[in-house]
Amino acid sequence: MSFTLKVNGHPHTVDIAGDTPLLWVLRDVIGMTGTKFGCGIAQCGACTVHLDGDPVRSCVLPVSAVGGRQVTTIEAIDQTPTGKRIQDAWLAVDVVQCGYCQSGQIMSASALLARNPAPTDDDIDAAMSGNICRCATYVRIRAAIKQAASGKIEVSQAIPVSAPGGRK
Amino acid sequence: MSRPSSFSPNRRRLLKAAGLSVAFSWLGAPRQAMALVSPHRQAADAAAAVADGAPAFAPNAFIRIDADGAIRLVMPMVEMGQAIYTGSCMLLAEELDVDLDQIQVEHAPPSDELYGMKLLKAQITGGSTSTRSTFTELRQAGAVARTLLVAAAAARWKVLPSSCVVERGVIHHPPSGRSLRYAQVAQAAARLPDPGEIKLKDPAQFRLIGKPMARLDSADKVRGVTRFGIDVAVPGMRIATVKACPTFGGTLAGVDDRATRAIAGVIEVLRIDNAVAVVATNFWAAKRGMEALDIQWQPGPNARLTTGELRENLARSQANGQAIVGREVGNRPAGEFIQATYKLPMLAHATMEPLNATVHVRSDRCEIWAGTQVPTRVVANAARITGLPVERIVLHSQYLGGGFGRRLESDYVDQAVSFARLVPYPLKIVWTREEDIRHDIVRPMYHDVISAVVDQNGMPVWYGDRVCSGTVLGRWRPGGMRKNGMDGDAIECVAELPYAIASMKVEWVRHDMPPGLLVGWWRGVGALHNIFIVESFFDELAHRARRDPVEWRLALLKNNPRSTAVLKLAAAKMGWGSSQPVRTASSNRAGRGVALAEPFGTRVCAMVDVEVTPQGEVQLRRAVVAVDCGIAVNTGSIEAQIQGGLLFGLSAALFNEITLRDGAIEQGNFNDYRMLRMNETPAVEVHIVNSTEAPGGIGEVGTAIAAPALTNAIYAATGVRLRELPVRRALLARPQHTLLKTFGLAPSHPEAAA
Repeated sequence: MSFTLKVNGHPHTVDIAGDTPLLWVLRDVIGMTGTKFGCGIAQCGACTVHLDGDPVRSCVLPVSAVGGRQVTTIEAIDQTPTGKRIQDAWLAVDVVQCGYCQSGQIMSASALLARNPAPTDDDIDAAMSGNICRCATYVRIRAAIKQAASGKIEVSQAIPVSAPGGRK
Repeated sequence: MSRPSSFSPNRRRLLKAAGLSVAFSWLGAPRQAMALVSPHRQAADAAAAVADGAPAFAPNAFIRIDADGAIRLVMPMVEMGQAIYTGSCMLLAEELDVDLDQIQVEHAPPSDELYGMKLLKAQITGGSTSTRSTFTELRQAGAVARTLLVAAAAARWKVLPSSCVVERGVIHHPPSGRSLRYAQVAQAAARLPDPGEIKLKDPAQFRLIGKPMARLDSADKVRGVTRFGIDVAVPGMRIATVKACPTFGGTLAGVDDRATRAIAGVIEVLRIDNAVAVVATNFWAAKRGMEALDIQWQPGPNARLTTGELRENLARSQANGQAIVGREVGNRPAGEFIQATYKLPMLAHATMEPLNATVHVRSDRCEIWAGTQVPTRVVANAARITGLPVERIVLHSQYLGGGFGRRLESDYVDQAVSFARLVPYPLKIVWTREEDIRHDIVRPMYHDVISAVVDQNGMPVWYGDRVCSGTVLGRWRPGGMRKNGMDGDAIECVAELPYAIASMKVEWVRHDMPPGLLVGWWRGVGALHNIFIVESFFDELAHRARRDPVEWRLALLKNNPRSTAVLKLAAAKMGWGSSQPVRTASSNRAGRGVALAEPFGTRVCAMVDVEVTPQGEVQLRRAVVAVDCGIAVNTGSIEAQIQGGLLFGLSAALFNEITLRDGAIEQGNFNDYRMLRMNETPAVEVHIVNSTEAPGGIGEVGTAIAAPALTNAIYAATGVRLRELPVRRALLARPQHTLLKTFGLAPSHPEAAA
């Protein structure tokens, strides 16, 4: 089957079985590997992309169901104002460790911020709990989302180094 | 606090080092003498530099300065999230007098000779050894390079090298106002002899070390452009997924692939002894093809094996097996004897990046693209499998989407090489998540009996531990076992405690798992297992003595200022004794737990606040960790490793257990092997002690200290002592909720249960 996808503003025509998840079309057919495979059953969020701005798990989205909707991936999320703010905050807070899940984390966080410019902790929990990070960078992810939303610097606790006995 | 001006060993440090060598005896296993990481020129350096683009200046295995001005730093360890690339670059750049925005980072090629860790005697990233192994050597490597470059500039100017200064890779001669960039003197410096012993900076002069430096790999990872093993693409490559015999130790009996070959995109089906691969143009077609295969397995001797049977056999060995004494001091005195049995489950690693490798085998050459913690092992195994000489195996190391010990094994690369031998094209093999979990090389199960004799005040005067487990080391590096057959990892962090206790006996009963069921390193390794048991049991003793667990531990710490300091620091930051644990609902039970230990040459104390719901759900509310890892290289990444490592350990303690049925792992994906998520994550505060001691490890410290802080908090909240992991909610539910669960009835009508 032939499908024409709009990915990051560019058309891509692919000839592939219609049940092929968008994830594998992006990675193995188009060759865009920023979107990651983690579980294949929409449990970990590593494969998160945007369809017309909404976050979806591309590992369970058949390419035949994409239709004419705009696909946005990590490779172009810096072209959206919230995506850029999220990426900048990710760098400022230095969120990443192994980094493998972070494409999906950033896509989920960008979608959250686009529809909710001032998310509460509960909003962050609701939007981000579908994304697993095995390095467990969650504390800094939360801080980075808050920083991206408010523009105020989230201070990391460990930076003031304490002397023995707890004196600063 | 004053800082020493050098790291020359003193008596105190020698004593510490001796302690370390007890805890890590396996690391120092006798091996053929080799250079290992060295700041000076090695025999193999010239060829390595040629292979690395023949830089104008390559004074050792770590620094390359090109004629065009590029400064490239070669990383002896691999980057799997622990921020070692940033830390290693800080050590090199500190003495090279360049800033981190001026350098490029390179993966090292496989070479034990050039990149072997002194603590591991090989090019291995693991055991929280990287900074400990290279703290002096990488600074020296930077200093050797700077010394040569400055000498070359001084010779050109006919001035004394000591009259020159370096800033951001530019050599200045202030009296004459002249300047030269490193690249301008690189070729001249390359002709100078090695400077021999060089003086390192006074730590008071450090520009980078001890600061929170942003990770060098963040920018690419945030943009999604970092290439992990799974992202490799080479011309002509085909993509496969695999299925190995689900039963450990079983083999492939037969495959009917007619339905598979009819699927669009499928290219062919490959077979090896114990596994089958479906090759396709894309992963989805390969996966669909795999699902369509009709496979017959020969399950072998483990066909009926269950976790229950493994547990029973382990318990029998624990009780009756022949033990090896790991350490014994004094005799067990008379007095009140207390004993408890603790059990730990098997665990899978579940790195975010499922296992994968890309391999191209040709008649005269084998190329491998993979993320691995053991590059030289991968090469040696590929040579054995292909029959090619080691020099004909080319490994291209990639970033690792998590390691946690799983990529200390080479099985997934070995398997990919075995399949790739069968085809002429480059073959990328990607495991499904289900394959990744069901063919994990698991953290072993443990069954330990720990005991103590206490005095009239309830303080231990003797402790004993009889550990029973399989051996990771005995399979992974048999030569690392002690002469008496002891696996040092099995008794790590219990053979030596932070506490002053006059006498003790720690022994280990080796109980091998059935052939085919492999046990492996898992973040925290032996320290993780023993710290849970020791710190849980000592918490039991504290409560038994009706003492505050922090006060009780402080009383047991004698002449141990570093562990005393982290315990006091954590208590002060947590508000231990001066504030109540966080409670969000009046029906919940709230509690606070503490754990203290000295894993990987570091001192660490964790405190956790939990709430337990009437249904037995454990909710993490707040965690505070104080850590003294000696001199801190990158405080930013230390905080990150402790935060993430602690949550990694809490996640496993709360949720994870690998079980077997019919010789196969029952769990397969994040739905039945679940992970801590954002909504379950508490605030985690990390406080780093300002220390001038030699560096300790950090990557596994947070994980190793997590579980006992959690279960001690659960005890404080509920009065239930958990001596097995993972946490069993049924044990924590209030009685009426147990009824609810058992009978499915509302608690307001308990009589209906009858």
